[in-house]
Amino acid sequence: MITNFRAVRAIYVFEMARAGRTLLQSIVSPVLSTSLYFIVFGAAIGQRINEIDGVPYGAFIVPGLIMLLLLTQSVANASFGIYFPRFTGTIYEVLSAPVSYGEIVLGYVGAAATKSIVLGLIVLATAALFVPLHIAHPVWMLTFLVLTAVTFSLLGFIIGIWADGFEKLQLVPLLVITPLTFLGGTFYSIGVLPPPWQTVALINPVVYLISGFRWSFFETADVHVGVSLGMTLAFLAACLAVIAWMFRTGYRLKT
Amino acid sequence: MKPPDRPPVIAIRGLAKTYATGFRALKGIDLDIRSGEIFALLGPNGAGKTTLIGTVCGLVRPSAGTVSVDGHDIATDYRAARALIGLVPQELTTDAFETVWATVSFSRGLFGKRKDPAHVEKVLRSLSLWDKKDSKIMTLSGGMKRRVLIAKALAHEPRILFLDEPTAGVDVALRKDMWAVVRQLRDSGVTIILTTHYIEEAEEMADRIGIIDHGELVLVEDKATLMRKLGKKQLLVRLNEPLETVPEGLSGYRLALSDEGRALVYTYDTREERTGITRLLGDLSEAGIRFHDLDTVQSSLEDIFVDLVGQRA
Repeated sequence: MITNFRAVRAIYVFEMARAGRTLLQSIVSPVLSTSLYFIVFGAAIGQRINEIDGVPYGAFIVPGLIMLLLLTQSVANASFGIYFPRFTGTIYEVLSAPVSYGEIVLGYVGAAATKSIVLGLIVLATAALFVPLHIAHPVWMLTFLVLTAVTFSLLGFIIGIWADGFEKLQLVPLLVITPLTFLGGTFYSIGVLPPPWQTVALINPVVYLISGFRWSFFETADVHVGVSLGMTLAFLAACLAVIAWMFRTGYRLKT
Repeated sequence: MKPPDRPPVIAIRGLAKTYATGFRALKGIDLDIRSGEIFALLGPNGAGKTTLIGTVCGLVRPSAGTVSVDGHDIATDYRAARALIGLVPQELTTDAFETVWATVSFSRGLFGKRKDPAHVEKVLRSLSLWDKKDSKIMTLSGGMKRRVLIAKALAHEPRILFLDEPTAGVDVALRKDMWAVVRQLRDSGVTIILTTHYIEEAEEMADRIGIIDHGELVLVEDKATLMRKLGKKQLLVRLNEPLETVPEGLSGYRLALSDEGRALVYTYDTREERTGITRLLGDLSEAGIRFHDLDTVQSSLEDIFVDLVGQRA
């Protein structure tokens, strides 16, 4: 289904250029806000918090913060990327071009995922300035980074097609993604919760992402890394299925 | 006119579209577009012009019927079909922050064509956009944005160009320019389908004219044939004294009374060598009928259009 590589490249380059134009908003602002987290929770308050599973608190929150950034940025980038052409009407061109749905998704989601991966790596490098970091499984770390960026860019793409106004576009990240990430163990291990809440926490898909990502750094995890990987892939598959349905029915794209 | 030897470049069969609201925008359209022609689609607002174009271009999912573009079905062989088509939408839907060059190059890539700066340059120059190539689109005037949309549609060297109301809201000078551009394109072998509100535009540009109303094609005809029908002209003789009936001595003419007997209407064909006007005026004074004014009225495409659409309303 992917044969028009020039179209994929055109969409990808267009989307990356958009990030280039809004460099301040795209890169500086998320890096700054994440750095503030490191300073406050890592360096300042973190000094007074005990190690968790043998990892200093400042280092412990690094994977969670990167995930927080990855999730919010992937959703924001991808949803805006597809919503804005719908809003301005320029989507007509993509819909009338000889491109398959797979190519459209690859272009838009690929660009959104690339941006959040780059951001994640920048924040990782920034974190290394504040706390001593050791990555136990770099390959797994990258695998989780890429899988999460792609999965949540797909989710963002879905939101961007579903949204019929800027309010809805902001609503899902605000009301769903951010709480799930904060409650998903960005700043703590699920193990510190009272037992009933530990069970409740396992409903949260973000728990598996953060746990798997953290394991690739420190080899400590709330759930087994295989479960993390499985859950991530399941969520990825679910997003792909929803997108396939949207395109098949022309949902909010074609009348 | 002799029927085309070549198969139609676009063949539309039984095309229907019913929107989710239940509105029937297209009710079984059959239409062939001939290769290399300029086809003007006329119709009032909401007649189905944009829906028809949208369906051929892949923006609207048809409820029934088929469309094939140069033999490629738009549903099963959409890549081949769409690659042949360029679409200029009605609304000025452009990016704001992109440069003219970037947005036109983007269109070319989207349609799977390899980079070709020379072609992009040619397109921009032909639309007088070359000196604006590095300008952000948002800084351009409405007319310039319209040209950018045309440039985008031409970026991938389409063989068929759809222009949805290309001159809506465009000033007279620019409209003339636009017509020149369209003619150039036709001369280079591009088939052009345009929709318009302006009858003048269809008269000026089209080889054939289709009139659509309430989702049905009311008429499809060569412009020349249509204009022949329009060749009829009427002379109105404003009388000093109203008449009850046309005087018997003048029964040889096709005369009618109007304006409560205060005017005689003479219908004639402008392309005949002898229109009979001189003789009629002579006969009138001989019959002692005095008149104080003369008017001539020529029916236009607009009249035919209003007639056709009016009859159906």
